[in-house]
Amino acid sequence: MSPTLDSKIPAGPVQDAWRSYKSDVKLVAPNNKRKFKVIVVGTGLAGASAAASLAELGYQVDAFTFHDSPRRAHSIAAQGGINAAKNYQGDGDSVHRLFYDTIKGGDFRAREGNVHRLAEVSVNIIDQMVAQGVPFAREYGGLLDNRSFGGAQVSRTFYARGQTGQQLLLGAYQQLARQIGLGNVRLFNRTELVDVVTVDGRCAGIVVRDLMTGEFASHSAHAVVLATGGYGNVFFLSTNAMACNVTAAWRAHRKGALFANPCFTQIHPTCIPQSDETQSKLTLMSESLRNDGRVWVPKNPDDNRAADQIPEEDRDYILERLYPSYGNLAPRDISSRAAKRSVDSGRGVGPLKNGVYLDFSDAINRLGRHVVEERYGNLFEMYERIAGENPYDVPMRIYPASHYTMGGVWVDYELMTTVPGLYAAGEANFSDHGANRLGASALMQGLADGYFVLPYTIGNYLAPMLNKPVPGTDHPAFKEAENAARARFQGYMNVKGTRSPDWFHRELGKIIWDYCGMERTQQGLEKALSELPALYEEFKKDLRVTGDAQSLNQTLEKAGRVDDFFQLGMLMCRDALERNESCGGHFRAEFQTDDGEALRDDVNFAHVAAWEWTGDPTASVRHTEELEFNTVHLATRSYK
Amino acid sequence: MTNRIENLTLKIWRQAGPDASGRFETYSVPSITDEASFLEMLDVLNEQLISEGKEAITFDHDCREGICGTCSLMINGQAHGPERATATCQLHMRKFQSGAEIVIEPWRASAFPIVKDLMVDRSAFDRIIESGGFITSPTGGAPDANLIPIPKPVADAAMDSAECIGCGACVAACPNGAANLFTAAKISHLNLLPQGQAERFKRVEAMVETMDEHFGSCTNHGECEAACPKEISIDVIALMNKDYRQAKLKNRKELSRN
Repeated sequence: MSPTLDSKIPAGPVQDAWRSYKSDVKLVAPNNKRKFKVIVVGTGLAGASAAASLAELGYQVDAFTFHDSPRRAHSIAAQGGINAAKNYQGDGDSVHRLFYDTIKGGDFRAREGNVHRLAEVSVNIIDQMVAQGVPFAREYGGLLDNRSFGGAQVSRTFYARGQTGQQLLLGAYQQLARQIGLGNVRLFNRTELVDVVTVDGRCAGIVVRDLMTGEFASHSAHAVVLATGGYGNVFFLSTNAMACNVTAAWRAHRKGALFANPCFTQIHPTCIPQSDETQSKLTLMSESLRNDGRVWVPKNPDDNRAADQIPEEDRDYILERLYPSYGNLAPRDISSRAAKRSVDSGRGVGPLKNGVYLDFSDAINRLGRHVVEERYGNLFEMYERIAGENPYDVPMRIYPASHYTMGGVWVDYELMTTVPGLYAAGEANFSDHGANRLGASALMQGLADGYFVLPYTIGNYLAPMLNKPVPGTDHPAFKEAENAARARFQGYMNVKGTRSPDWFHRELGKIIWDYCGMERTQQGLEKALSELPALYEEFKKDLRVTGDAQSLNQTLEKAGRVDDFFQLGMLMCRDALERNESCGGHFRAEFQTDDGEALRDDVNFAHVAAWEWTGDPTASVRHTEELEFNTVHLATRSYK
Repeated sequence: MTNRIENLTLKIWRQAGPDASGRFETYSVPSITDEASFLEMLDVLNEQLISEGKEAITFDHDCREGICGTCSLMINGQAHGPERATATCQLHMRKFQSGAEIVIEPWRASAFPIVKDLMVDRSAFDRIIESGGFITSPTGGAPDANLIPIPKPVADAAMDSAECIGCGACVAACPNGAANLFTAAKISHLNLLPQGQAERFKRVEAMVETMDEHFGSCTNHGECEAACPKEISIDVIALMNKDYRQAKLKNRKELSRN
């Protein structure tokens, strides 16, 4: 197969593209929609909103989640907010400015067409969510309140205390629940995708494993949507929930879906530093805290005084010094690197000297404690529970951690992967954030894809299939995939080695973090690419899964996910090695300016790298899609 | 600075499946850092079990940030353990003393059948939401978000209720296994808002009656509020009851049937 990477962005000015697409798109008549079945895998923001909207339109929808309830999806943990170009604050915001900020924030590695559409529909999302009863924060006059976020000079972020993701997910979940109650969506909970099935080059359905019984089953459909989130857990320690994994995207990749820009991973600057060896995950502290918190470290590495004993002149407010015009609201990749350099230079704070301060004492003095409490109360409580320190009295300690993955399954303008009939939405796809995602844009993209893009674009694919038969689950391709999946899981049971899946995951994560984390080098990546296959071989020979395969077995579930993380990890390192430039979250130490900023190479790398599976995880083939910038001019990203 | 907690004895409920009979097994954790969370302590124990060739203990958990509501666990007879307003995943070992004995059980409620070990099936909660826990608002065509101003105290009160994470601690803590706090939290979130008025009485009637099909009755013990990791007040139950009573008059369904 030689895939053609046609983004299918409508010709003409970018601001007219979505309107002209919608005018020309093929439609399915209301009474015919019920003849089509769509499978939606994942019930986070993108999946729940897509499943609910498609069911409202009249399609038969089967929704799958490995959780006990759709409401558990990790979208729920997003804290800070959701961007929209409403310009309710009258501070100069517009669709164009949100579009521009997102392209620039992504370090010019995202498609103009997709990003412009995202900015356009952002305003509909807020309307939709308010109509559903999402209790966004309001002013005393009853109008919606906004806050600012990193990488923007306007206040366009809508929020619901520190639980915006929770409230948006519950909104989408409730719309999905309504459709389940009406019988328009069949929900399969505690059911995990283990393979994607293609027949004659087209996606025909999926194979799933019932986590309660260990049984495998096939489901066929006219179209399949993967809304299965990102792969940040490849680092083992990340802010992702424990069950987040790459399996659905990876299995689709192995069946022909190209995987784009895997090395574009986001390291979030404000997480609670690791405190001990048993740590299972890291906890994010919302970026919104940087509105009022000031990031600093002692100027002197040997300064062991308590934070409040260090006078102003002995403090280095690193972001304010390096990036005066954005200050503490510099974008995530830039803020993360500044923190890393401070810690690497020995100026880290805390018992392990592995963090930087995020200090609220100025804000408390200026605004009063009650205002700070109103804005961030629940985040402060969470910090205290985890770190055992009260951030009203002593500054928070923060350090960057893996948080989000911009890379993902390659999709075109219609969110279709290189496998016809297979779509990817939300964090699972690669399309909108380039090499770095701005804060409060993940929720926006998940809901845009699910509510306002897929319901149009899927119809365009389905319309010509009306009354044409599609392969059912009795097709040999399904049986073959089922048998392969059964054999794979039995294989994990049969190794009977000595190490648990978590042990391998932790070791894998260390290699990826050390060599493909915040700063990458050719030498380091080559080292990772020699160590990873060796560790993967050990995984195949020395894995130990206890329990059995015929009942609920969390150790076995984990083994399957770690297997896929290994293969992805190798691809990530190769992608990082091949991209000989620094951009956004991908910082190659060889490519930096004299003052340590990312040095992009637009001549050779203004493209998407999309990888093709060949059967050997170390020998994937790299394809490219050139990025065209007709509206925004390529420029060096500066936040100084 | 980190300290270590030594010599913990854990009595953990093991049950092979929904229909199997369960029993307590005793495990010892010789030493754990006090920075570890309660679930990380169980992770360490599970790693130990796997290395001994034994099956790991099944328990529900996911975000480990206290927001997804997946984790559960009765710890020494208290839902989510001894800390006020804290889900199990946010409980840390620094709250325990060396030498302690800790009893760990699943949620115990007839509406939450045990799946395996410490994991239960809470899908009865989903049935309640499916019956009316939403505002009918199909995608597309919503009016401008600022068209209906909502007074800040109203939005704040709706948010207080909307914070429910659906963990089921309220049911587990209730001597009757009632789900009134969960149901009422969703009802008051939606019924307080202007957008929720059109379906207000239909909603409360449907949700209360679905709740009654699965769960026990409320007798105002208040254990639910004490156990709630989001500190949702039982005031919402009063609001639900008031709306339900009104709904019975307004909807007239029951009256016309009799």
